[in-house]
Amino acid sequence: MGMTMTQKILAAHAGLPEVHAGDLIEARLDIVLGNDVTTPVAIGVFEKAGFTEVFDKDKIVIALDHYTPCKDIKSAELCKTSRDFAVKHKISHFYDVGTVGIEHALLPEQGIVGPGDCIIGADSHTCTYGALGAFSTGVGSTDMAAGMASGLNWFKVPPAIKVELKGKLQPFVSGKDVILHLIGEIGVDGALYKSLEFAGEGVAELSMDDRFTISNMAIEAGGKNGIFPVDGKTMEYVKGRFEREPVVFEADADAEYERVVTIDLSELKPTVSMPHLPSNTKTAEEVAGLHIDQVVIGSCTNGRIRCIVIPATQEIYLKCIEEGIVKAFVEAGCAVSAPTCGPCLGGHMGVMAAGERAVATTNRNFVGRMGHTESEVILASPAVAAASAVAGCVAVPDAAELEAEEVCHLAQD
Amino acid sequence: MIRGKVWKFGDHVDTDVIIPARYLNAPEPSELAKHCMEDIDSSFAGAVQAGDIMVGGWNFGCGSSREHAPVAIQASGITCVIAASFARIFYRNSINIGFPILECPEASEAIRAGDIVTVDTETGKITDETTGQVFEAKPFPPFIQKIVESGGLLPYLKEKQGK
Repeated sequence: MGMTMTQKILAAHAGLPEVHAGDLIEARLDIVLGNDVTTPVAIGVFEKAGFTEVFDKDKIVIALDHYTPCKDIKSAELCKTSRDFAVKHKISHFYDVGTVGIEHALLPEQGIVGPGDCIIGADSHTCTYGALGAFSTGVGSTDMAAGMASGLNWFKVPPAIKVELKGKLQPFVSGKDVILHLIGEIGVDGALYKSLEFAGEGVAELSMDDRFTISNMAIEAGGKNGIFPVDGKTMEYVKGRFEREPVVFEADADAEYERVVTIDLSELKPTVSMPHLPSNTKTAEEVAGLHIDQVVIGSCTNGRIRCIVIPATQEIYLKCIEEGIVKAFVEAGCAVSAPTCGPCLGGHMGVMAAGERAVATTNRNFVGRMGHTESEVILASPAVAAASAVAGCVAVPDAAELEAEEVCHLAQD
Repeated sequence: MIRGKVWKFGDHVDTDVIIPARYLNAPEPSELAKHCMEDIDSSFAGAVQAGDIMVGGWNFGCGSSREHAPVAIQASGITCVIAASFARIFYRNSINIGFPILECPEASEAIRAGDIVTVDTETGKITDETTGQVFEAKPFPPFIQKIVESGGLLPYLKEKQGK
């Protein structure tokens, strides 16, 4: 029996000729990541166990992105713990205010992660890098500590769901709509413990941004990872960025899949997730007109050049200024922030009061996610969010006012 | 052997309700315990007794990677979580901090809030003393059992290095 793409990467990193779903293996790590929330806990665990050296100062990434610029004294102390550790161990990929971006936009942009890598990150959305053809998965702080100490970690080899993509997306429909649709189909635990393996002719039609967004939310279906095959678009993206040699893995023709889900991209409509689970999907059209109080365009899910207001990294921020996109948003009455995870997790900036409702391009709409337990989050694509921001209610992009279309156009391009 | 009174929760209990992000800036276990389950049951942290057991439904612990979630539950006094299924990062995190968790859909379905339950984590045997029902959860594979017995992943790594 052949192996899936995920299984091949894991086998290569475990030094094994083959692995099978359910095997417990120990694999070599190419990158170990943490942020300002999870790294201090990992440092505590690392030091308490008596470790004094990191396995490789060039393979650890610490990005202070969640509560930064620090929202209060306690967050400042957490950042200080991470900063002191990074200095002490000469961590080469340490990102602080001024250089930091939202971690999952930052690492691909800076070429720290790439095809064929085996990556763990103490942040659930670490699965984003599957878009590059890497095995990448979210773990906790103790896993991060173990990774920092040994460069190794244990994994249960996942069985797989194949997501066969065909056709081409309609205008104003993007990767966000694809992944929300998929989560609506299979449920928030539809891919529990499994890998989501994207395949089919439709992959070529998706931009790298679409793929990052789709892989990012694999965890929202319970998935261990969400992985795309490496093609010309991937290689073009990593060219000149990725610090190491890309290693391309391909699934065997006779790889085993527990289930195959087919999505015709051309049939997808702008999709939203209603409170309080990402699987609670509807088309934007079905809920158009619903009153909202806030719109957030940003986060690691959708914070790239196509979706502004919280540009995900400094590089994207600069590009938005140069292209006049920031001006358009400020003129439209938007607040443009420095890169931060802030509102996505109700951390800071745009925290909501009881009874308020937001349309957000973020990734979770759990109870209390963006503030008060009686506030609500509707997940949507940047195009739907931009149209909704102009309309003041949930809106379908192509039906909105001309002004909305302009903003959407900027968001799309 | 673990014995305690049950706190029962439903399906898809996410890490944001187990420990809301607004409290992640103070990661000391005792601080996290004060706000454990606050957004789903605000009475929990004040009423939970050391030794109690938590029972959840499907996909328990879904959402973020925050290890603060199993740490908060453990620090609140809960000795074991039984659920129909666990989200994968929560599952790893619990093992890695040496916190016993058991997957058992039948037990998750049948056990009621307030029941007195005993759990043998080595064999996976769960007994509801209140109703007399007995359930068998799948025990951890030996490798995982070793991590839990060592008190977590890092002590396990240290032991391994020392050999």
